[in-house]
Amino acid sequence: MKPDRSLTALVAVLAVILAATPFLPGWAMFLLRVSLCYGTVVLGMMLLMRTGVVSFGHGLYYCLGAYAAGLLDVHFKVADMAVMLVAAVAVTLATSAVLGLLLRKYRDIFFAMLSLAFSMILYGLLVKTSALGSSDGFNVSAKTLFGVTVAGTEYGRHATFIVTVVVAFLCALGMRAYLRSHTGRLAEAIRDNELRVEYMGASVRNVIHVNYMISAALAGLGGALAAVGIGHIDPEMAYWTTSGEFVFIGILAGTGSVLAPFLGALIFETIRSFAYEYSPNTWQMALGITMLLVIMFLPGGLWSLFGKLRRKAA
Amino acid sequence: MAIVLEARGLNKTFGAVTAAADINVAVEKDSVVGLIGSNGAGKTTFINMVTGYLKPTSGTIVFDGRDITALSPRLVTRMGICRSFQIPQLFGSLTVYDNLMAGVGIIYSGGARWAHASHLEGTPAQAVETMLERFGLAAYRDKPANVLPEGVRKLLDIAMAMAVKPKILLLDEPTSGVSADEKFGLMDMVMDAVRAQGVTVLFVEHDMEIVNRYTHRILAFYEGRIIADGEPAQVLSDPEVRRYVTGEPHAAH
Amino acid sequence: MGQLLAVVIDGLIYSSWLFIIAVGLTLIYGVMKILNIAHGSLYALGAYSAASLAGYWLDQGYAPLGSYAAMVAAAVLVGLVAGPVIERGLLRFMYGKDEIVLVLVTYAVFLILEDMIKLVWGVDPLFLAQPYGMLGSFTVGNLTYPVYNLVLFGAAVGVGLLLTWVLTRTRKGKMLVAVIHDREMASAVGINVGMVYFVTFTVGAMLGAFGGALTAPMISVQPGIGAETIVLAFAVVVIGGLGSLPGAALAAVLVGLVRAAAVHYQPELDLFAIYFVMAAVLIMRPKGLFSLQEARKI
Repeated sequence: MKPDRSLTALVAVLAVILAATPFLPGWAMFLLRVSLCYGTVVLGMMLLMRTGVVSFGHGLYYCLGAYAAGLLDVHFKVADMAVMLVAAVAVTLATSAVLGLLLRKYRDIFFAMLSLAFSMILYGLLVKTSALGSSDGFNVSAKTLFGVTVAGTEYGRHATFIVTVVVAFLCALGMRAYLRSHTGRLAEAIRDNELRVEYMGASVRNVIHVNYMISAALAGLGGALAAVGIGHIDPEMAYWTTSGEFVFIGILAGTGSVLAPFLGALIFETIRSFAYEYSPNTWQMALGITMLLVIMFLPGGLWSLFGKLRRKAA
Repeated sequence: MAIVLEARGLNKTFGAVTAAADINVAVEKDSVVGLIGSNGAGKTTFINMVTGYLKPTSGTIVFDGRDITALSPRLVTRMGICRSFQIPQLFGSLTVYDNLMAGVGIIYSGGARWAHASHLEGTPAQAVETMLERFGLAAYRDKPANVLPEGVRKLLDIAMAMAVKPKILLLDEPTSGVSADEKFGLMDMVMDAVRAQGVTVLFVEHDMEIVNRYTHRILAFYEGRIIADGEPAQVLSDPEVRRYVTGEPHAAH
Repeated sequence: MGQLLAVVIDGLIYSSWLFIIAVGLTLIYGVMKILNIAHGSLYALGAYSAASLAGYWLDQGYAPLGSYAAMVAAAVLVGLVAGPVIERGLLRFMYGKDEIVLVLVTYAVFLILEDMIKLVWGVDPLFLAQPYGMLGSFTVGNLTYPVYNLVLFGAAVGVGLLLTWVLTRTRKGKMLVAVIHDREMASAVGINVGMVYFVTFTVGAMLGAFGGALTAPMISVQPGIGAETIVLAFAVVVIGGLGSLPGAALAAVLVGLVRAAAVHYQPELDLFAIYFVMAAVLIMRPKGLFSLQEARKI
């Protein structure tokens, strides 16, 4: 068995980020924050990709998580970050439990299209609902964390950032453990040969449903963290192009490690912010070209590059 | 000897095509049964029905006293019937070790629902090591399944079927695609592993040498029916079998 | 009664539009097994090109009816240029890869084309209103409609009939159908599958652009119309059955009528109509209304 360095890498990254937190300039903290949110969503996408399934509608859960957080703040006046995260997970788990009943029967294009359809339904719903700000959305902020006030303080920004980092870390850790469990291993088996899995006594549909729910919860967490971190939410989060971005990062990152989604998200966000700043009309083109290059030359995603470099060094 | 599997009046038609007609078979525990017949005679259809992949048009299949006719492949597997495939069904991108671990993992985490395997010994890792040894796969343990030579793929396919500790093992053409000099080695390995685990075996074969050597009993299929059922020497010299299966229509008058 | 008539007419007009935007997509999928996301930007390119070309035509003071020819010419031009460039220049190197990978390739092309459009035409909206109002209007009972909607309807029917005729009556068309059913066999009997792919993609691109060109007079042509439209085209294609022309037609009619009903009786639901229909159809017929059979695997 190959030696597993991902645990040390995870802890090392966590340590570095936490140590650097007091010194990070505002733009860097924001960039990292958004990358971590997106990375959490893509962590779930990675699980689905490992299971052989691509969702083109995860914006649904990203948006649900964000709006759950938002509604807690604006409507219910419970602006506690911890509560927001729990609510996001609860809402997305419940929704995916139901939608998964239908989706688990489909694969390939149909799975992608149905998941896209559900996300577009949410988009349409939000756009038409003026009480939720219609297409403008509304602002969100977390005022307390576990009851302690964080709003309006300098240390408050840091606190929510640290929570984001820790939550992302825990998700990565959890996913790593899951992928090593018996059910986690079935994901790739299902991707390779569903028939064989059934003929060995496991239920392919059950595993797909469970993995779908896990990925939905991760997307919801990412959405809630984004709501708090960015401060604004809108229906665009459920639009199919947002889901497309998650797919893109998933392809960019590859399925090789639980760190890959975060790395992919960081690269994506970096390209996006800089490209957008200097040439807002070409950043999509840059993205498209990058995707083509990755598909053509690095089909295993960026993470496979590490594998290749390691093999060259050995 | 106890009857472990019984097919009663099995029929399967696909529109105008009769794939199985009035199949009646009673298989004894721990026996080794060969299924022979030319292509399209109904052997694979029989296996597909027993394992739940196809629903018979009529008839019943009884396993250990339970009617399993309507069960899905997954449930049939859980009850204790496993199969290998004509074209090995493997997890291509996973290593040999992981292919076996997938199956072993399923049964170890399945718990009480796998009633027949309630006495699992050792850890999953140990179980995989045992299988690697028994099937001569140890040298390939870290290789992805899709780069393996055909004979090894077959062995892995069968090993995976055994990984979930079946009571009955159905092998669909275990030596097809395997070179002549490797056939006996493969079957020896399989039958040793089978004997070590105490399993009833049915296998489909076109190679009469293999069938003659390893089976206690042969079922000969032709156009969906069983035209002969008995000991190898008797079945292989049956004139109808010679005519429709082994192909010696005018030999030895 | 009047309301029911309005629903039917509105429904059929919307169905026509849906069919036109979806037919190229389902054709390409049927032959090449590629779900072409870039179809959305071809639609947009068609709209922009039509707005520019017809707009120029009208600005120069030429015969107003010629603007329609200009619109069609624009669509054909887009198809003839973009189609070959994308298919020969990129897609053909990707054949053989997983279906989902090909979808991502077309998604990348979509992103690239979206920005190319912005670079060429800028981000401000374009308008091409004249062809829409030029033909006047007609009345049915106490309902008034622009005659342009009849053009839309006629175009949909015309395209449908033309494609059906080509696919069933001409040799080239039958070759296409052969490839749809079994690419390998078609190749084995000597059909030049590469050429079939090339022609199909180009025709599909033209149809996508044609949809955009026809729509240009009805909307403000701006960034984002491609993204909006492609999801609707997907839905129609999936409902009808991937690769099925009659399926796309039936799906378009179904969705059009359901949406028109929603608009008249329960307006908040109109955006969902198409997705409701998709979910409902897929529950009852998992592969869409019309789908090709699949062979046994083991």
